[in-house]
Amino acid sequence: MEKPKHKAWVKGSHWFVTLSFFILLVTGFEMTMVHPRFYWGEVGNDLTPALFEVPVSINYKHGGWDQITPFSDEPNSPVTGVRTFDIFNQNSWGRSLHFLGAWILVLVGLLYLILGILTKHFSKHLLPKKKELSSEAIKQEFKQHINLKIPPATFGPSYSLFQKSAYLLVIFFLFPVMILTGFTMSPGITAAYPFLLKMFFGAQSARTIHFLASFTLVLFLLVHLVMITKSGFKNQLKGMTTGK
Amino acid sequence: MKKKPSLTRRDALKAGAVALGGLLLPSCSTPLPPTYGKILRMSDNLTYVAQRTLLPGQALAKEYSYSDISSFPALGTVDPGDSSKEYYSEEYEKLRKGGFADWKIKIEGSVANPGYYSLADLQLFPKQSHITRHTCEEGWTAIAQWTGVSLGTVLQSVGILPSARYVNYYSYDGWADSIDLMDAFHPQTILAYGMNGKNLPIQHGAPVRMRVETQIGYKSMKFLNKIVVTDEFSEFGDPNWSWFTGI
Repeated sequence: MEKPKHKAWVKGSHWFVTLSFFILLVTGFEMTMVHPRFYWGEVGNDLTPALFEVPVSINYKHGGWDQITPFSDEPNSPVTGVRTFDIFNQNSWGRSLHFLGAWILVLVGLLYLILGILTKHFSKHLLPKKKELSSEAIKQEFKQHINLKIPPATFGPSYSLFQKSAYLLVIFFLFPVMILTGFTMSPGITAAYPFLLKMFFGAQSARTIHFLASFTLVLFLLVHLVMITKSGFKNQLKGMTTGK
Repeated sequence: MKKKPSLTRRDALKAGAVALGGLLLPSCSTPLPPTYGKILRMSDNLTYVAQRTLLPGQALAKEYSYSDISSFPALGTVDPGDSSKEYYSEEYEKLRKGGFADWKIKIEGSVANPGYYSLADLQLFPKQSHITRHTCEEGWTAIAQWTGVSLGTVLQSVGILPSARYVNYYSYDGWADSIDLMDAFHPQTILAYGMNGKNLPIQHGAPVRMRVETQIGYKSMKFLNKIVVTDEFSEFGDPNWSWFTGI
């Protein structure tokens, strides 16, 4: 039996998601540069302790806070302070471009989900078959991966178990988490759907999870590129574009 | 000095309701902010339309308890009365020296009774307080208690006209911005004169600042000095920053 080729809508959505991911990554990095501090809970700013700080841009540990004044006479009163340091900030286009990328991701993603269900793409090609889940088969595939013995490109969705798992994780977990934590940073959306704040432990936790999930997606991208190279970069590119 | 109302309260409420209805019902005939063919502005408008269409417009932002109040950075203009800064306002410096006793906000445009409101005038309106989260576009958040008067109440008392669509506001340090009537009449949108149980501190926009709890922090402009109700969208200053920032 001949192995199936990638469908046109799969190829199309792959490249649209690639484009949006690239836009989101660049602008997301820009926003990280503007405020490279991450927190847990609802609140976090330069006058509260950070969970961790990312050493990017001149805004990293810049200091420059003056006139620290407590709001009340109580001990441990929260304070206000005046910023004396001109920070790096390109969020004007950064934010808007990020949301343009997000629109592409969300709209293409929805179309992809609908077609994936209707054409049974998910059940046929992404859901692991029973025989793939035997411990013997898993051991076998683990060995192959450890030795970087990656089978050559098939020009279509004949995926191995690890490949399927990685795709399922990205499509049905990481991207939804990215989108929902993105929503949780929005004052308008959380006013309408406050459960998001509970779900992600607060607006700043959502931002931190957003950052960590994006980091995981970048790791996926690197592994994805290594695997494509190992299985024949030119053929894989053909398989995802012209077909053959 | 407060002008004597020539409209009854009922008339004003009706006018406000008609103006709101005009925004809500024929959404096709409501012109969107101009995009000038810029792709980022088009995408911002898509976000605006999507949020206005999909979300219940008057849903309340989450309110917190007193113990949740956090430290709160002050940035941008921290004192328009500072003559060493380019945003210096001589008028503001004078008002500040007088403890803002002579401060007045001008409300004009598409309203039946344009006029000036002093701090004392504003404080005659029902007082409103909420503890909410401020979300700065930079990425940080802070929680504070804000006390003031509902912007919707003030707009109704000046007799906002049915043709009105946007509320423009201006500050002593030279900023201008606007919101649509959905946000202007949002129950948590207030002209705030108090913060954390005290008068609004200088660095947070004394004597009165805007609070729009359903948008990003920069819509909550500090150091207000004028409000103009308009029928058309007005383009201000730096169009690189998104006008609608519900997300």
